Amino acid sequence: MAIRERLSGNEAVAYAIRQINPDVMPAFPITPSTEIPQYVASYMANGKVDTEFIHVESEHSAMSAAIGAAAAGARVVTATSSCGMALMWEELYVAASDRLPVVLALVNRALSGPININADHSDSMGARDSGWIQIYAESNQEAYDNFLQAYPIAEHEAVRLPVMICQDGFITSHGVENIRLLEDEKVREFVGEYSPAHYLLNADEPMSVGPYAVSAYYMETKRAQREAMKNAKRVILETAERFANLTGRKYGFFEEYRLEDADYAVVIIGSAAGTCKAAVDEIRNTTGKKVGLLKIRVFRPFPEEELAAALRDKKAVAVLDRSEMFAASGGPLGAEVRAALYSAKSRTELVNYFYGLGGRDITVEDFKEVYRKLEELDKTHVVRDMYAYIGLRE
Amino acid sequence: MRNEAINEKSPWQEITEGNQIYEAATSRRFCTGEWRTSTPVYHKEKCRQCLLCVPVCPDSSIPVREGQRQDFDYDHCKGCGICGKVCPFGAIEMKEGK
Repeated sequence: MAIRERLSGNEAVAYAIRQINPDVMPAFPITPSTEIPQYVASYMANGKVDTEFIHVESEHSAMSAAIGAAAAGARVVTATSSCGMALMWEELYVAASDRLPVVLALVNRALSGPININADHSDSMGARDSGWIQIYAESNQEAYDNFLQAYPIAEHEAVRLPVMICQDGFITSHGVENIRLLEDEKVREFVGEYSPAHYLLNADEPMSVGPYAVSAYYMETKRAQREAMKNAKRVILETAERFANLTGRKYGFFEEYRLEDADYAVVIIGSAAGTCKAAVDEIRNTTGKKVGLLKIRVFRPFPEEELAAALRDKKAVAVLDRSEMFAASGGPLGAEVRAALYSAKSRTELVNYFYGLGGRDITVEDFKEVYRKLEELDKTHVVRDMYAYIGLRE
Repeated sequence: MRNEAINEKSPWQEITEGNQIYEAATSRRFCTGEWRTSTPVYHKEKCRQCLLCVPVCPDSSIPVREGQRQDFDYDHCKGCGICGKVCPFGAIEMKEGK
């Protein structure tokens, strides 16, 4: 039987870490992720885990230590946010190209500047090309569930890639919600023991990790890394199915909320999906208009074909980005969804919004306005503002 | 697959995961001596076998056998010249080129 509790998103991830009992945790505190290593440190002090905590002087060192420990053969976890992740930048790419299954609990927070501690996706979206698998949560429950699935995905022999489990700073990380937790023994059985085929501490097999690759090898190495990311698609779905058998909670690359018969769709990542669902229900219940939501769970690997199949026949789609990329056009999610639809030869109308930057609120009324504009776009086929803002004073 | 079987014609499917190398001392097969632009020449008749040159060599390119230094390992010597600087007896002379 599931354990019913109420936990913040940070507590839920720390609880999952206790249940998994990883070997090593190098971490450096940064708002709003600080509580995760703090709670794990309490578990260590109370003898609940035998994880080795490495006190590092920066996030650059935290990810470096994570890489070293993972290469040695340990199961590794770390946590960070925003500028902390920015300081890991160089090592993020190394962890991925060295094919080390590090798991990072990322609590999304806006990057400086201006300095700001609230939720947006500029940190993880900036790292979208680093080679990490990225899985996002709407709720505390999803942050917990995603975290439990992280190691089976990362450590799978066909994948061997680091995984970032993302949740929205403060909104879920510090918001307390009802949650269903698994029993410790079920978690241990689900996650399993980590036994890498090759590791530095194996005295029977001397090895080198991360050697120099001249131009005669670099491109083939990157192609092999891409194959691992392609394999991750299969493994993510297999892991989700195994998780559903255990818990009844079903996950895929994305969640389709009242989308199947919808004319107008919103595409979004993270906690604001909950607000959007309330708008979808209200519109459908009061007007009968067919509106729906596609909430991205897995952004890397990007589920291009599946996403296009779900959206290609909609009359109009709004893609909402919670980060800038300063292309002077749209945001990263908007660009990739548009590319996916183009590849699928879809002619659906599509607009791209920025919302929630630096923790700006988004409301049910805001979403209702988005759907209203999609309906107008479908009638006029005139895009007034291809790249618009929600909640901006102008 | 053994790393020695991987070469510049290997397709991407045969590259090891993360370019990992599953054996020891493979650096011996990497001839860093190809980088050399100046070369140490060993004058055995001037050498007193003090062995000061051996530990300062960054590339372990001065082999020692039964307490006696041998001629340079030119497969790996990069020609940095540190050995020539520390030799008190003028037994190591640096020459231009390979």
